[in-house]
Amino acid sequence: MTTFEAILLTIVTASTPLLIAALGELVTERSGVLNLGVEGMMAMGAACSFAAAVTFDSTLLGVAAGILAGALMAALFALVVLGFAANQVGSGLALTILGLGLAGLIGAPFVGARRDPVPPVDIPVLSDLPVVGRLFFEQDLFVYASIALTIFVAYYLNRTRSGLMLRSIGENHGSAHGLGLPVWRVRFLAILFGGACSGLAGAYLALVYTRFWSPGMTAGRGWIALALVVFAAWRPGWALIGAYIFGAATVLQLHAQAAQFGVPSQVLSAVPYVATILALLLLSIRRGRAIGAPGSLGLPFVPDR
Amino acid sequence: MQADVSPTGPPLVELRGISKRYGELLANDGIDLRIEPGEIHALLGENGAGKSTLVKILYGVIEPTAGEILWEGRPVSIASPVEARALGIGMVFQHFSLFDELTVAENIAVALSSDWSLATVRSRLGDISRAYGLALEPDRAVWTLSAGERQRIEIVRCLLQNPRLLILDEPTSVLTPQEAEHLFVTLDKLSADGCSILYISHKLEEVRRLCRRATILRGGRVVGAIDPRERSAREIAALMVGNEVGEVRTGTAHAPKGEMLRVTNLTLPPAGLHGQALHGIDLVAHAGEIVGIAGVAGNGQSELFAALSGERPTESADTIAIDGRPCGTAGVDARRRLGAAFVPEERLGHAAAPTHRLSENTLISHAAAEVSRSGFILVNAARRLAGAIVKSFDVRTPEGDPQARKLSGGNLQKFVIGREIIRRPRLLIVDQPTWGVDAGAARLIRQALVDLAREGSAVVVISQDLDELFEVADRMAVIHHGRLSALRPISEWTKEAVGLEMLGVSQSQGAAHAV
Repeated sequence: MTTFEAILLTIVTASTPLLIAALGELVTERSGVLNLGVEGMMAMGAACSFAAAVTFDSTLLGVAAGILAGALMAALFALVVLGFAANQVGSGLALTILGLGLAGLIGAPFVGARRDPVPPVDIPVLSDLPVVGRLFFEQDLFVYASIALTIFVAYYLNRTRSGLMLRSIGENHGSAHGLGLPVWRVRFLAILFGGACSGLAGAYLALVYTRFWSPGMTAGRGWIALALVVFAAWRPGWALIGAYIFGAATVLQLHAQAAQFGVPSQVLSAVPYVATILALLLLSIRRGRAIGAPGSLGLPFVPDR
Repeated sequence: MQADVSPTGPPLVELRGISKRYGELLANDGIDLRIEPGEIHALLGENGAGKSTLVKILYGVIEPTAGEILWEGRPVSIASPVEARALGIGMVFQHFSLFDELTVAENIAVALSSDWSLATVRSRLGDISRAYGLALEPDRAVWTLSAGERQRIEIVRCLLQNPRLLILDEPTSVLTPQEAEHLFVTLDKLSADGCSILYISHKLEEVRRLCRRATILRGGRVVGAIDPRERSAREIAALMVGNEVGEVRTGTAHAPKGEMLRVTNLTLPPAGLHGQALHGIDLVAHAGEIVGIAGVAGNGQSELFAALSGERPTESADTIAIDGRPCGTAGVDARRRLGAAFVPEERLGHAAAPTHRLSENTLISHAAAEVSRSGFILVNAARRLAGAIVKSFDVRTPEGDPQARKLSGGNLQKFVIGREIIRRPRLLIVDQPTWGVDAGAARLIRQALVDLAREGSAVVVISQDLDELFEVADRMAVIHHGRLSALRPISEWTKEAVGLEMLGVSQSQGAAHAV
């Protein structure tokens, strides 16, 4: 395997958790709810998945535990912002702080434990193709799942009745309620989906990316996923592009630092952020019309009844 | 023609003793209402009479506190709009229940049951459009459409479900006179096809044009069930308002004196995503006159107001002159110091801070004047000022110095306009002075505007209410797509001419195209 191939492989690994978490948050936000707790749900996903995987020596159970942990955190958030119509920004920040703390507590007994690598899916013949072979046909299941998820979310939002309902509710919850659309139910499910995705992204970090647990291992990836949703203008396809640009820049700047260019390492560390913003900015300019967030994003919904 | 109202079968829908209580407020108080198959039934009343609450109950949006609903003689409970639609009730909302970023077809599909695919919606849209003359392009995004077109979406959305009862809540408030006439033709046709229509309005003329039976609400109660064709407008108005509504005394206009406002070639790009640009607007207002700006919502009125008030300064100072002094680049407060005052359209959140007390709200436009000194608020002066406004403009308040949001729409509007007029401005610019305000308050506000002008100030009234402009304005122009028509004396305008300008058809072409 050449260095070039190795770099490409690392880029995929770095991008996948961002993509998964961003897709979940994208669906939540399209339904009109802003959940700033992605980082916390991701940390909980990472801690719970790692704890379960080590305890039961099963990657599958680990992943399930991660998804469940993310969804439970999201359910708590949903209770506060839907049930009590609390401020979404405040509740989301609280969720992040809670998640980071709770994850540290759950993960504490597992510091120092290690997991074996998750074996990649080897598609015969195709994976032996030069360069693209390993890149496209010998990835772990998560990578294929994340691509499938992107296609699913895009199809769901734009081509299904249920997706249309979700977009309508995010656009104008007052009108949606007036028409008899189930605002609460749809939002609850969208929040749960976002939490499950964040949990899955966390599980990927702990079980595939690092293969160990340490407090603070999410390292701001939840915030990057949140930013990706905005830069991607709430479009799944763009979230994929954004996640990969960010992943690529992260990996490349590490290699650049190792190669010792005469540039301060801090500047190189900032490259991924700047590159992502620039790329998505160019995309949105090309679209010709400024991008609007969902009309009811972040607003509490209290119907008169 | 309408189907004959014969009391043989059971009525299509009957409401018995419907009440709705919000805390202390009884929004509906034991309302009885019968709608026969195929009739156009009017529900008349002032703002706050309980009309919207009643129809929301009928449409399942709001739960009644007491009372029962009979559908074709059977008692039913309508727990949600989905159930209402299943019975055959369709509703066109006053403030449209549309989604701006979605296309026409998507907006329709989302309200229908799940066996409607987008493709079916598209094809049926064509059929309905042809049958009732409601032209719509299925793939346009809603934010690109006019108010009339948006209303068509709402109507088509209902018609696709073959409703037995169609509820329309103040449907003409956003339409030009021509668009309104077009709507009436559609409604007559629907009624002839056997669909009942519940028509909510506070405009007597259109009710007399459309309906044979009308139920009048006041203060949440039914105060009359009449045939609107047999009663005079004045009689019906008296029922609606409770006492005789006087007319505004306009007095005689003095010969206009000095120029208080001159706008020269005002051009502004749109401010936001869905904003309207202004193109080469010229406007002059003299001391002692009221200048009216008519137009359908969204044609640049808010942008014009923002430019005149200084909320959005222009690039060159010379485009706007107040009292002869160029001030296009100046902010709101600088323009106030030149003797101007401004009342924006949005009462709560723009003209007044909802959670601030009335006395605190005086600071919004009086900051430079008597209620603050060296950065400190003079609390007692502010209270006295608020008290003076409350007294001279008949603002009904629940307590001494309440939060602005606790006032009803009409009372808050009286306060907001009073707050500006009490400063004796030499130029007053007001956007939608009586929007959503009951008749009594509207009369008081119009009278105050007229009085201010007669005392020698210039007043510019931007309004979508043509009757209001014909009542108070001395000269008038129409705004359409950000362009202002010629400013002509009110006596030279007819409603038809205004309607054509609202549609952007100049008079010579208009004669051939009139609807």
